Amino acid sequence: MSDPILSLNAVHTDIAQYHILQGVDLAVPRGQVTMLLGRNGVGKTTTLKTIMGQWTAKSGEILFDGQDITRMPVSARARAGIGFVPEDMGIFHDLTVEENMMLGCASGPLDPNRKAWLLGAFPALGTFWHSEAGNLSGGQKQMLSIARAMAEDRELYLIDEPTKGLAPAIVSTMAQALRELKAQGASILLVEQNFSVAKALGDTAAVMDDGRVIWSGAMAELAENNDLQERLMGLSMEAH
Amino acid sequence: MIVKLLSGDQPRSKVLTTLLLLILICLAGAPFIFDGVRPLDTAARICIFIVLVASYDLLLGYGGIVSFAHTMFFGLGAYGVALASTHMGRGFDALLVGTISGAIAAVVLALLIGLFSLRVRAIFFAMITLAVASAVAVLVSQFSGITGGEDGLTYKIPRVLTSANRMGEFLGTRISGKILNYYLVFTASLILFLLLLRIVNSPFGRVLQAIRENDFRAEAIGYRVVWYRTVATCLSAATAAVAGSLFAIWLRYVGPDTTLSFEIMLDILLMVVIGGMGTMYGAVIGATLFVLAQTYLQNFMGSASEATAALPLIPDLLDPDRWLMWLGILFILSVYFFPTGIVGRLRQGRSS
Repeated sequence: MSDPILSLNAVHTDIAQYHILQGVDLAVPRGQVTMLLGRNGVGKTTTLKTIMGQWTAKSGEILFDGQDITRMPVSARARAGIGFVPEDMGIFHDLTVEENMMLGCASGPLDPNRKAWLLGAFPALGTFWHSEAGNLSGGQKQMLSIARAMAEDRELYLIDEPTKGLAPAIVSTMAQALRELKAQGASILLVEQNFSVAKALGDTAAVMDDGRVIWSGAMAELAENNDLQERLMGLSMEAH
Repeated sequence: MIVKLLSGDQPRSKVLTTLLLLILICLAGAPFIFDGVRPLDTAARICIFIVLVASYDLLLGYGGIVSFAHTMFFGLGAYGVALASTHMGRGFDALLVGTISGAIAAVVLALLIGLFSLRVRAIFFAMITLAVASAVAVLVSQFSGITGGEDGLTYKIPRVLTSANRMGEFLGTRISGKILNYYLVFTASLILFLLLLRIVNSPFGRVLQAIRENDFRAEAIGYRVVWYRTVATCLSAATAAVAGSLFAIWLRYVGPDTTLSFEIMLDILLMVVIGGMGTMYGAVIGATLFVLAQTYLQNFMGSASEATAALPLIPDLLDPDRWLMWLGILFILSVYFFPTGIVGRLRQGRSS
């Protein structure tokens, strides 16, 4: 197996007085979709935010493409090739869909081919291209959030619960877009509560509990083993 | 052509378009439309304050940066012209040197303040700008040998820009250097305003708006937030300094009260809020209404007080000395009824 695109070694993160990440070890293989799973409150979102730099790791090491980014500024991590889609539909509400997409390209104008691909994957964005993003529906905002992160070619995408609260039709649109992104060679670290999406998209999986990764391996192995799911997450995927 | 001049940022409301056109026509033709010195002086102040308020809106409305040092930059530009004219004598070279030096000094100071304090939380930046602005105001008062202290500086500008330069008659109006001076102020203000409109509608302006909405999100896309905020502060400071230079050329006098006082800073804040934050056209509406109210509200109230002399209480309430109270009431009402400013309200009206 080639070097992972991202690896976290014994990463600890505090938020105020709370010790949230308690030694996370995680490897994200190149060109694969890695699912980060676990119950609510085990530190999945904090892990993504620590990788992106919103929270600074108190100790440990974060390596991206062989480079230590543990103390790197947030914008430098983004320019190094990490795209981030936060849980709360991280769009700019006062700007139009077009302006949001343009902002997604920090290093130059939006490539016409990429724009055509994104509008093909998310047709609603083309319909509301000149509308204020704040006026979009929840699903459209989430599409815009993901499309904006994809507007520029990045090596790794950190995506936090993209299908949360969305209608099934939009979920399948979203899943198809992520599949296409993977087919282009991108690596994805995806936090996802929807197990059918996780099963369909994931190549590898890491399960967290109490601020640590307690299991990692092939997604197929986890998906097929109900006992393992019960033991790791306290519930079976089959129930979902 | 017009859309291109406005950088694609059209008023997007019929009422607003009409108001803006009316203001433009009145300002462009002020020497020929209105009689006397006072209306011309009011028109020049409106032009200058539109630029000053628009440059502040670049910071506050587009960048979400609260600064109390804007009058300091305005003052630097004004004192630049005053000092250059005092030491180099009357001449366009003095005006140019003064304007450029004032703008450079403003940019350097803004850069220093920005680099040292824009990394910290917004409230600390606001406090630091307040402290620096107060320190500069005290220094200007103390170094009276250079700045004229509290008395300020009176100086001469090129004769061609003064009333002494008579150039004949046009459309029944005597053309003098004062009118040339007015058109210098008007043209420079118009160019600066269109330039600011270009800046806020450029990719740089969009990034600023993104930073205002959520600085982490902008940073996570790859934008260096501190760098963008610092550049916005420098651009805003340079524009305010040039507005100060225009004010100095128009008044032929600068003093702490006319350029550096905290009262002017409050006026700028009021104009931005009344007009509408984050809309360059808000600066036009806010500055026009405010300067007109400042200039004519007292007269208007005097007439109203006389007209209602027979009634109880009302003449007292309308006493010209109470103009500031009525200005305050107007401000409270405008914030209550137009929380997004007049321009914001007019644009909402159109979209609903």
